[in-house]
Amino acid sequence: MLLREVEYAKPASVADALGVLAQNDGARALAGGQTLINVMKARAASPDVLVDLNGLDELKGIELAGDGTLTIGAMTTYTELMASAEAKARPILGEVVSTIADVQVRNRGTIGGNVCASDPTNHLPPLMAAIGARFTIAGANGEREVGADEFFLGVYMTAVGVGELLTKITIPAGKHDGFAAVTLGVDGTCIANAAASLDGSLRIALGCVDAVPVVLEPASADEAAVREAVRGAALDPPSDVHATAEYRTHLAEVLAVRAARQAQER
Amino acid sequence: MSDHPITVTVNGVEYERQVEARKLLIHFVRDDLDLTGSHIGCDTGNCGACSMIVNGTLVKSCMMLAVQADGATVETVEGLADGEELTPLQKSFSEHHALQCGYCTPGMLMSATALLRENPSPSEDEIKKALQGNLCRCTGYWNIFEAVKAVAR
Ligand SMILES: Cc1cc2nc3c(=O)[nH]c(=O)nc-3n(C[C@H](O)[C@H](O)[C@H](O)COP(=O)(O)OP(=O)(O)OC[C@H]3O[C@@H](n4cnc5c(N)ncnc54)[C@H](O)[C@@H]3O)c2cc1C
Ligand code: FES
Ligand code: FES
Repeated sequence: MLLREVEYAKPASVADALGVLAQNDGARALAGGQTLINVMKARAASPDVLVDLNGLDELKGIELAGDGTLTIGAMTTYTELMASAEAKARPILGEVVSTIADVQVRNRGTIGGNVCASDPTNHLPPLMAAIGARFTIAGANGEREVGADEFFLGVYMTAVGVGELLTKITIPAGKHDGFAAVTLGVDGTCIANAAASLDGSLRIALGCVDAVPVVLEPASADEAAVREAVRGAALDPPSDVHATAEYRTHLAEVLAVRAARQAQER
Repeated sequence: MSDHPITVTVNGVEYERQVEARKLLIHFVRDDLDLTGSHIGCDTGNCGACSMIVNGTLVKSCMMLAVQADGATVETVEGLADGEELTPLQKSFSEHHALQCGYCTPGMLMSATALLRENPSPSEDEIKKALQGNLCRCTGYWNIFEAVKAVAR
């Protein structure tokens, strides 16, 4: 497919990238391109300038602090995350990204791109919400850090504003996590998914049922409590060719129970 | 819109070309370099027919811009055989009848080649996982797995 005409810049530093983004309202960051290039083919978006973040080493890499906190650069690919010894400190991360699409997509797709795309069917928005991830956003006025509740604003909309970049994601220590999904084929797109974490207070985040992850804090991880919390959320998910709203609501409840059970068993 | 000068090494041959930023890598390789072995199946990143190895990494070339390959080393299906001498994997595809129409084959070969380089002794599950991004509408996959398994050590 021939894309609409676009300019291309490959900055050598985050500062340069922010400069190009600030100069032009129609500039858009290009990470792995595994969503954005398709969006451009479909003409759902037609940026004027693509600011290629590949090559910005500042946005790569995974660090594990002494207290178990993980800091993951936005441009870290799924494949790099899967291979990282540091990332094993929070095992759910590698487990979930290894089920995203296929080798080729995992070789290019990035952690930052996945959350910035804020596609309600993506794997990482609910996971990041459940495990208490914090997002560092850089712009002309310096850096700020927000939690998932402030980061995900809507379908394809996040707290990353015009002229800004997500630079890293910070994840607290923990291992009592779970993730469950019903997908289109093995490792396919999620019809519904749920992530759970028992580190800190119990948090369950449901994906595919609303524009942003629906976060619940059930009284306990017991099946009855989890079911009650999901019912209490009065979900109103979309219907599509894969699932009616009613079926998706049912899946959300079942998957929340499975994710909570997995978190408990660790 | 401005053209970008790029230098790309494809199957050992260095090419210097001007490309528009909007040109996908698959179109550059097929249309500008006339290497038509890599196919376009879906043009949405789903089928894997356009798979190439870029700087040692397997990618779908319909999901990457040609300008992003500036300075890169690209391998396509044309680069596998040494003259008339097929690779063991290619021979195995032939022996196991791992293709019917052949449309998916260039991508399958690149994905299996990338797998075997990284892991010369993959298990059956590892072979399946490695070929997940490549769709075949003809074979039912069975003979493709058999062909890859036969060359796995
Ligand atoms: C066949 C196929 C199947 C897929 N299946 C799944 C799936 O099952 N689950 C899943 O979760 N994903 C899936 N994906 C999507 C994939 O995971 C993408 O890689 C991901 O959604 C986007 O990451 P990216 O690095 O490719 O970002 P890009 O496509 O480059 O960017 C996506 C958006 O985020 C913005 N952006 C990216 N990085 C930054 C940053 N650092 N700062 C500010 N803005 C930024 C871009 O401007 C763009 O708007 C699939 C993709 C394909 C092609
Ligand atoms: S043509 Fe690139 S994945 Fe189908
Ligand atoms: S042999 Fe026809 S698509 Fe695979």
